[in-house]
Amino acid sequence: MNPAVFTPIAARQPPSQVLGAWPWLRRNFFDSVANSLLTLLVLALLAVVLPPLFNWAVWHAVVQADNAACRAAAGVGACWGVVTEKGRLILFGRYPFEEQWRPLIASALLVLLLVVSCLRIVWRPALVGAWVVVFTAFYLLMKGDVAGLTLVDTERWGGLPLTLLLSSVSLVLAFPLAILLALGRQSQLPAIRTLCVIFIEFVRGVPLISVLFMASFILPLLMPQGAKIDVLVRVLIGMTLFTAAYLAEVIRGGLQALPKGQMEAAHSLGLGYWQIQRKIVLPQALRLVVPAIVNTFIGAFKDTSLVTIVSLYDLTGAVQLALGDADWRKFFMEGQLFVAAIYFIACLAMSRYSQWLEGHLNTGIRRQ
Amino acid sequence: MIPPAPPLLPRSRAWSWRSQTFRGWVYQVLTLALLVLAITYLMSNTFANMRTRGIQSGFDFFLQPAGFAIGESLFEFDSGQGYWVAYLVGLSNTLRVALLGIVLATVLGTLIGIGRLSSNMLVRGLCAVHVEVTRNIPLLLQLFMWYFVMTELLPPIETPLKPMANVFFSKNGLQYPLPEWSAGHWGTVLGLLAGAVFWRMGARRAHRQFETTGHFQPARTHLTGLASLLALTAIGWLAGGAPSALSVPEVTEINVVGGGAVTPEYLTLLIGLTVYTSGYIAEVVRSGIQSVAYGQHEAAVALGLTHSAELRLVQLPQALRVIIPPLTSQYLNLIKNSSLAVAVGYPDLISISSTSLNQTGRAIECIAVVMLCYLTLSLLTSAAMNIYNRRVRLQDR
Repeated sequence: MNPAVFTPIAARQPPSQVLGAWPWLRRNFFDSVANSLLTLLVLALLAVVLPPLFNWAVWHAVVQADNAACRAAAGVGACWGVVTEKGRLILFGRYPFEEQWRPLIASALLVLLLVVSCLRIVWRPALVGAWVVVFTAFYLLMKGDVAGLTLVDTERWGGLPLTLLLSSVSLVLAFPLAILLALGRQSQLPAIRTLCVIFIEFVRGVPLISVLFMASFILPLLMPQGAKIDVLVRVLIGMTLFTAAYLAEVIRGGLQALPKGQMEAAHSLGLGYWQIQRKIVLPQALRLVVPAIVNTFIGAFKDTSLVTIVSLYDLTGAVQLALGDADWRKFFMEGQLFVAAIYFIACLAMSRYSQWLEGHLNTGIRRQ
Repeated sequence: MIPPAPPLLPRSRAWSWRSQTFRGWVYQVLTLALLVLAITYLMSNTFANMRTRGIQSGFDFFLQPAGFAIGESLFEFDSGQGYWVAYLVGLSNTLRVALLGIVLATVLGTLIGIGRLSSNMLVRGLCAVHVEVTRNIPLLLQLFMWYFVMTELLPPIETPLKPMANVFFSKNGLQYPLPEWSAGHWGTVLGLLAGAVFWRMGARRAHRQFETTGHFQPARTHLTGLASLLALTAIGWLAGGAPSALSVPEVTEINVVGGGAVTPEYLTLLIGLTVYTSGYIAEVVRSGIQSVAYGQHEAAVALGLTHSAELRLVQLPQALRVIIPPLTSQYLNLIKNSSLAVAVGYPDLISISSTSLNQTGRAIECIAVVMLCYLTLSLLTSAAMNIYNRRVRLQDR
């Protein structure tokens, strides 16, 4: 038998150009026949859609609040004048016109605190105090009747401040409730566990609108006779209960992600139930789910728009109100797009923050 | 013989006030007592309030005539019929929009989710834009915009858009031709059923063959199945006398008569829900596909599987396992979100119930029925999806 003889084969060709503009184009747009066709198709589509859109939104658009000019440009150019004209009504709803500096400052305070709360350096107990102070300031500014400010009923609150208030207050109030519900659902005690499961699954099984209907029609019936309950408070109660159920499931995710050894170690140290939860379990579990909590907040921020249906004029409701004006009714789409842009920017910022947080928060903590 | 080891810590049998079991009982009894107290208090308030305001209670109003007309329904409804029929109309309208919405959103969402992983940068970018835009704008606002498009921007009924012959698309909704039902169509239905049974039998035979011999011919099996389905349906149709009467919509001076039609409200809700949910489903699909380890792809290539076989036999089964649970919750969200119909005036469960509430003043009963319906729908959906999930999840030995 012949011993195998090693004969080297010719070296493989080096890959043709992989750097530079042309290979990049080929890799991303033309790497196969199907992809090339797809690229051409998409380009053709964009060529058909984008220029008219640009013409409408920018080139022929009317920016001044000039109804006649807007009507002349209707169909050809967008009428952003509707935003100039109705901007304050859209942003602040039916709040008295001369007093609108108050919601402006109040919203600015709240947004500022929200942004500051996103920084990890400030995550300490004092932050809770800051929230209490800001909420109090917000309420006093909006409601008035102190320090020479005129009284403004909650019925007239509206627009952006209302959206911010409803979403942040319902989340803040829902938080402790959600922790209790999540712990209850994990509890060893059957009665408590069952109650928590029933509450969570019930609320998650029905739409928010039905909860809001319940809050506005049934809640007044539950009050003792003669007690009046403000519509804003009713809606807040409904939204808080709703958010709490969703948040409880998020927190339960964190609780379940903790290794069992943590609990066992705490037990062996002789800690009691609440000590374990407070010192060992919750700090770790909550840290795991902070990104998911931010996502819940995004959901609450968008869901706030449903209060329009029980006649509170938040951002979504205020724009309907503003565009009820027959003169400007025609430019409904421009007004809606303006509000949509506000929501879009806020939600996108929050979801990017949540993604960033996910990357930063759990490095070195997550197991496996 | 080894004697059984004594327990390390003999359990104390002595009863104690401080034992965990006893404290557990105390907490539970306290909680339940508090709950019962709270409910009693709230209910006594409610009864007192209802007495002073003269609100009647009870579900007897369900049998009384509703007294309002409903814009659209699957079956005939007139205002003389009872509230319970009105609720049924509402429920059927909710289901009509939610089921079709689920199907369309799944198709669109899957396409976009796959598109986000495309090697083509343009496709990837467009899909990412779709996902971000749909997910970051509240559904209610999107519905308002779609409704404006449907009722203001579309041409009036006199000059409708005609995407196809005999299909009209205008401010009055969408009208399309519909085959007229006649007895001969029973032949078609029978043919269709026979074809489906034949297809299923073929698939089972192919599966048995695969189990015993390892020969796997999905394309051939299913092409034969499809062909026999079409052929048997056609035979059934011919046997039924080939009924071909079409009800074609016609534009008259005031409206469109004949054919099938859907209202702008239905279209608004369907499109709005589909587009909104497709963004979420796309993310679910994308993360499911990305969750399959890259080594699986390498192993499939090393085994010499073709691209489509790899997708079908390696990637998809593993991705589905990750996709199904979050997909279920998206379906549930879609069903619940269909309640926003009330904002655009589509007569779904919520809007029927809110009309009934305004007419009868029985808030508790009306809202309770609605919640019960949605709870049942949610439970049914998750039960169905759980059955499916059990089929696709990892089978432990």
